[in-house]
Amino acid sequence: MLSFILRRLLVAIPTILILIVISFVLMFAAPGGPFNSERPLPPAVMANIEARYGLDQPYVVQMFNYVKNIVLHFDFGPSFRLRDYTVSDLIAQGFPVTLTYGFWAFVVAVTFGVALGVVAAIRHNTWLDYLATGSAIGASVLPNFVLAPILVIVFTLWLGWLPGGGWRGGQWQYVVLPVVALSTSYLAAIARIMRSSMLEVLNSGFIRTARAKGLPMRRIVWKHALKPALLPVLSYLGPAFVAMITGSVVIDVYFSTGGIGQYFVNSALNRDYSVIMGVTILVGALTILFNLVVDILYAWIDPKIRL
Amino acid sequence: MAALLEIEDLHVTFATGDGTVNAVNGVSFALEEGETLAIVGESGSGKSQTAYAAMGLLAANGRARGRVRYGGRDLLGLPQRELNRIRAKEIAMIFQDPMTSLNPYMRVSEQMAEVLTLHKGMSRREAVAESVRMLDLVRIPDAKARVHDYPHQFSGGMRQRIMIAMALLCRPKLLIADEPTTALDVTVQAQIMKLLGDIRAELGTAVILITHDLGVVAGFCDRTLVMYGGQIMEEGPTTLLFERPTHPYTLGLLSAVPRIDREDEMLLTIAGDPPDMSRLPPGCPFFPRCAYAVPGNETRRPPLVTLPDGRRRACNLSVEEILARREAMP
Repeated sequence: MLSFILRRLLVAIPTILILIVISFVLMFAAPGGPFNSERPLPPAVMANIEARYGLDQPYVVQMFNYVKNIVLHFDFGPSFRLRDYTVSDLIAQGFPVTLTYGFWAFVVAVTFGVALGVVAAIRHNTWLDYLATGSAIGASVLPNFVLAPILVIVFTLWLGWLPGGGWRGGQWQYVVLPVVALSTSYLAAIARIMRSSMLEVLNSGFIRTARAKGLPMRRIVWKHALKPALLPVLSYLGPAFVAMITGSVVIDVYFSTGGIGQYFVNSALNRDYSVIMGVTILVGALTILFNLVVDILYAWIDPKIRL
Repeated sequence: MAALLEIEDLHVTFATGDGTVNAVNGVSFALEEGETLAIVGESGSGKSQTAYAAMGLLAANGRARGRVRYGGRDLLGLPQRELNRIRAKEIAMIFQDPMTSLNPYMRVSEQMAEVLTLHKGMSRREAVAESVRMLDLVRIPDAKARVHDYPHQFSGGMRQRIMIAMALLCRPKLLIADEPTTALDVTVQAQIMKLLGDIRAELGTAVILITHDLGVVAGFCDRTLVMYGGQIMEEGPTTLLFERPTHPYTLGLLSAVPRIDREDEMLLTIAGDPPDMSRLPPGCPFFPRCAYAVPGNETRRPPLVTLPDGRRRACNLSVEEILARREAMP
């Protein structure tokens, strides 16, 4: 078990290096640079700026320096567009925000998604199932850039219950709407996976055995069926959790939460190379970490898997 | 003696996208305490569904009609809670595939102990201790140490032993064994059948053995019930049925049993395919495949008639007609 975890963490290092190389190549392959604007800068100025940020060097060298700074100083470089900010500053400022609303969105999505899926499966082909399945499909086709403004209209403008934006250090009123907007589509996806896997498990031989043993339905579902039915959901949850805690540009823009979700798009549009790399590495590292967590959970649920 | 279990005019239907499947069509039989009954038939003859219906274990799209009398009550009408007090405690069941019938995600101890904590109100420790005793009884070696293992750590035969032990925990009056040896190796099959025989003798449990293996039936069951197309074709004491079969389907089944003492013969089969249970013929379901079929009888459905020798039989031809024509056959 421990050696499995260590092995996986060791493999993570080359994986992240490959991620860095590919991101670098793609970034430089795209035309333009961080200091191109509609009005071209005088060549001398341009050369100066590029020398200042090391952009005058071949990008293999730039890449090497970049990795060297991360390894030696854990320095992800300065932002090319937001002066006085380093990438670490930006992430340190924004990540707690997305981590907060992302984590709660995850909790909401898992709790209600699993519950909805289980209920739909137990009440298969009844109005409850149709209601649950119908709302899950509805929620999954409703994009969050549509849902977010609807939430603001209803809960801020009409009812006046919740603020329509801002963060204020993460006071709960400011967290609710982003959580709802972010969690809905994940909730729906989890509910659908949960329902179909629960249906499959409930039709399996060992559930028939459990019924033949005279166990009440509640115990059959909770003790016998839930664990195996969770397995397919679990493999979805790893990447979903990462996607949620790193936020979403829609949430950050609509609710002015100031999370790092906005950087995914802004940095790419601005060619803010160091920020692009920073968020890419963050997401990559988190993905590797949570896939590992999922594998460990898998082994915990399924005794046939030995790590 | 009053019957332990009495099934009257049982019908089982499944609503499917292609229409209604009539899996069981008017089956009636009774079982005495301590008696062993075999239900034999091909796949799809309705033999397993008869048992599932009695236990309330039909798939969600299945419906059962008729009466299943046990202990003065009709099990078919019982609410789930009441039925759960009978399952495992009074009537236990084991299944064909021991690989999938045990929960692979739970320890054997947990799966066995929950039966006792539920039905007998035992504490967990007592329940596990009793489970170990039962595993000893079905001859699981080193049961005390292995009771906490997971099912995948046992072989197929061992898993079936665990299933049997689990079914017997509450000392049920009736054990329904649905093809208990079909998924096992031949040598293991023999061991499991011997085990079931020993346990029957030791605990006095009545057994319904559902199987398509006539070789298993011969030495094991007091009575045999032959099913085809969801109906009873012939039923009676096993020795009588085997030594003097009178129904064309029973005759066909018996001649299809491979014999190692005669190697010159081809493996005999019953010509044709099992019927489509959603489009059963109006007459005898076996008519299209019957070697004795008489033209003109296509739509005549034979009643199940009790003969003087104690057997019941559903055939449009009399015993004498069958036996006479059998003599004449090559």
